Amino acid sequence: MDALILQILNGLDKGGAYALIALGLTLVFGTLGVVNFAHGALFMLGAFCAVTFNKFLTLETVTLDPTQQTPWGTAMEIRTPVVEAYLGDFGAVLINYSVPVSVLLAIPVMLVIGIVMERGLIRHFYNRPHADQILVTFGLAIVIQEIIKHYFGANPIPQSAPAMFSGTAQVGMLFGLGDAIPYPWWRLVYLFFSLAVIGLVFAFLQFTTYGMVVRAGMRDRETVGLLGIDIGRRFTVVFGIAAVVAGVAGVMYTPVLPPDFHMGMDFLVLSFVVVVVGGMGSLGGAVAAGFLLGILQSFASMNEVKSIFPGIDQIIIYLVAVVILLTMPRGLMGRKGVMED
Amino acid sequence: MFSNLSSRDWTMFLIFSGVVLAAPVLFQPIGAAYPAILQKFCIFGLFAIGFNILFGLTGYLSFGHAAFLGVGSYAAVWSFKLFTMNVVPAVILAIIFAGFFAAVIGFISLRRSGIYFSIITLAFAQMSYNLAYSVLTPLTNGETGLQLSLNDPRVIDHMFIEPGAGLPRTNFFGIDVSGGGLSGFYFTAVLLIIGFYISMRIFRSPFGLQLKAIKSNQNRMRYTGYNTRPYLIAAFVISGVYAGLAGALMACTDPLAGAERMQWTASGEVVLMTILGGVGTLVGPVIGAAVIKYFENIFSSFNDNTLNQFYSFLPEPVREAFVTVSGLFVGEGWSLTLGVVFMLIVIFLPGGIMEGVRRIASLFKGGNKGDGNAAVSGHPQAAE
Amino acid sequence: MTTAEKNIVLHVADVNKSFGGLRALTEVNLKVEEGKVHAIIGPNGAGKSTLLNVCIGRIRPDNGHVLFNGQVLDEHEPHEINQLGVSRVFQTPEIFADLTLLDNVMIPAFAKRDGAFKFNAVRAVAAEKSVRDEAEYVLQDVGLYERRFDLAGALSRGDKRRLELGMCLIQKPKLLLLDEPTAGMARHDTNMTIDLLKRIKSRGMTKVIIEHDMHVVFSLADKISVLAQGKIIAEGLPDEVRGSPKVKEAYLGEAHQ
Repeated sequence: MDALILQILNGLDKGGAYALIALGLTLVFGTLGVVNFAHGALFMLGAFCAVTFNKFLTLETVTLDPTQQTPWGTAMEIRTPVVEAYLGDFGAVLINYSVPVSVLLAIPVMLVIGIVMERGLIRHFYNRPHADQILVTFGLAIVIQEIIKHYFGANPIPQSAPAMFSGTAQVGMLFGLGDAIPYPWWRLVYLFFSLAVIGLVFAFLQFTTYGMVVRAGMRDRETVGLLGIDIGRRFTVVFGIAAVVAGVAGVMYTPVLPPDFHMGMDFLVLSFVVVVVGGMGSLGGAVAAGFLLGILQSFASMNEVKSIFPGIDQIIIYLVAVVILLTMPRGLMGRKGVMED
Repeated sequence: MFSNLSSRDWTMFLIFSGVVLAAPVLFQPIGAAYPAILQKFCIFGLFAIGFNILFGLTGYLSFGHAAFLGVGSYAAVWSFKLFTMNVVPAVILAIIFAGFFAAVIGFISLRRSGIYFSIITLAFAQMSYNLAYSVLTPLTNGETGLQLSLNDPRVIDHMFIEPGAGLPRTNFFGIDVSGGGLSGFYFTAVLLIIGFYISMRIFRSPFGLQLKAIKSNQNRMRYTGYNTRPYLIAAFVISGVYAGLAGALMACTDPLAGAERMQWTASGEVVLMTILGGVGTLVGPVIGAAVIKYFENIFSSFNDNTLNQFYSFLPEPVREAFVTVSGLFVGEGWSLTLGVVFMLIVIFLPGGIMEGVRRIASLFKGGNKGDGNAAVSGHPQAAE
Repeated sequence: MTTAEKNIVLHVADVNKSFGGLRALTEVNLKVEEGKVHAIIGPNGAGKSTLLNVCIGRIRPDNGHVLFNGQVLDEHEPHEINQLGVSRVFQTPEIFADLTLLDNVMIPAFAKRDGAFKFNAVRAVAAEKSVRDEAEYVLQDVGLYERRFDLAGALSRGDKRRLELGMCLIQKPKLLLLDEPTAGMARHDTNMTIDLLKRIKSRGMTKVIIEHDMHVVFSLADKISVLAQGKIIAEGLPDEVRGSPKVKEAYLGEAHQ
């Protein structure tokens, strides 16, 4: 029982990341009709926003302290992060909280990246075949990934969660199950964060007139265009939002998974599977499928399961995708007429 | 009219064969005349030709063709290990396995079309890749990759000859065809020419026409009395067989098979080759494959020193800037170049190199479009 | 089976079809005699296209059946229905836009000759002399022979319809379903199409035609059924239908004001 709950929890944070990426993918696909293979790269860019911010914060000044001697008789080097030197304790807090603070930084950065991408490239592909869209965004994903690799190297760069959240939570206590369910605090944070972001996106779509137009656009793009609404500008904004969602998902995921240049692609492939399983063009489906697949994946990596089906943890997501697509052509919640022939 | 192929097609075929066979001489000026690189051109050319039969003719974009390449490689290496170093059984075994594998995957994934098809093929390829790394290790030797060893049974070879001291080399009835030799190149070159010929026949046959019609309007095909699924499955299997053959040839040049051959980046590469050369054209995919492999070879060997030499005519500060910028694109950064080229082609020249050639040709002809030619199969995208 | 029944090529028996709450077809009965041109007319949204879609297996009826020479059609796949001898011209032309006209017509000919699937990859298309001759003949018939090497996508709308008609004719179907074959055509093209349909009328092919243009209907039809709000409200020879007050009210009155 404890093990089951733990696996569900383990699946939830990963599922949260899947859901956030898939949400953006679906949003872009549903409104703009574009299959964006570079969406994973946006997730990765978000993660590297956190890395960059952290690098800036931890730039150090070196001062020599003659009062202290090293064993070799030279003056001791005192390394102080610049931020700490200028801001004192607040600087230290900033470094500690660099990941969550990076979210604030990532929002404008990702928004700009998203808008530039949409205006500069995606816009010209609205009326091209899906194959062309896949190919050009695939090319873009390679480009982004290689640039990141060039500047940050090929190795994963670990980021730490704020000290307050770095331990494990005894989640079992909450359910009255004793202390057999240790669960990293940060993963819990990630879960709530992703739920909050999902909630924000849905609230935006549900309760603002802007969101209403976007939803209408997902239903019937042409008609909305005919109503005299400047659909082009809305598209840009939608793409920007999708980029921000993917970006912040990436930022917050860094303490869970040290970012490297190909994490975007890894997540993209899975997120596409998530989107397709959820049903192309269905936001609710994307979120549900994200969590579902996350949980399934963590179940599949239990030793008990692996001993019955060796290797199942490696293929579970793809297997589920294949089965769902064959039995439910439109995925879990897909609408009729989306992406059919 | 009465022969199976038009004289135009024969001319194209003869030129193609001529260029391939004379490549060790013809490619001298561009520094790509040595067998190792030429063999790469041929192998990836075959891969792309096969991919084009599926994507170019039916429009079904598979993102998992590397899986068949991998299966072909593994099958070939197992043939080397178990039976003989002769490449013929290896190639045959690879074709059978890849074809069977493609039939199974095609049967399932072709129940869907469009992006769903792409995703299912991608999912299958990723499953194969992940399994090759994990539970299938006894078959694939996991991360190390499957390779020859002195203890291999090689039953057929051992019936005739005493095993030598070192690892044996691949051969074609006694002729050494392993990587780097001219005979090895001609072995692959002949297979490329055969593969090209078969693809040409398919393009010109009713079957090819029916595949093009499926791409053009699958609904109409159904209401015209065609059961389109077997056509698609046949095309899928054929292209899978080509991929398996390419995989086997990789193993022939270097008897080693690793799971990374099945990764989806490898699938992406063949898509790129086909697009770059020209989707749905006959020669395009081979040209695309050769161009990419050629530049990969050149660009990835560059480093800052060679760049400095290259820009040595420039004054110091300018040179440094040039070296820094171009340094992004060469050596390790070759993938970046690939990505940029990929984008540029899709944006500006969706018909690929062949489309570019056609545009330039029509410029010289004064812009009048050639007509009166029934074989328009070369213009699938040019249709407006 | 009586002799009278034997001559019924297409029999739509008590077909119902609803889309959500909308009843598109209610208890539709229709008998089409062999060799006749049977026109189905009715105002917009009467369910004419739905009826045709049910006939070719694009839409399954909620209940009731479609019988073609005694065989139940609605359980078959579209390609099987075609192989039984039913061809259709669509309301918006369904052609192979990026193939030549000749290819467009040869493809149905292959389907007729080789069945639903044949792996025919050895002989070249160019060597299929008899099919090609046949295709060229049909293209002459529909007046597109001169343009046989053009891409079909480059044709005008009217020409596309004629091409599609040619694609059906080459299969020599037992039953040809035509969904507004002259919609969107200029007068001149309409007349040409009427002439063409009259010519094939003599070939013993049964035709069901949906048409808005009364000029076309009355120059071609042997029998007319009037469909309104998913029900057949009148049926008979052209003159009978023309005189029926019920039809005038539902349709002709509206068209003739």
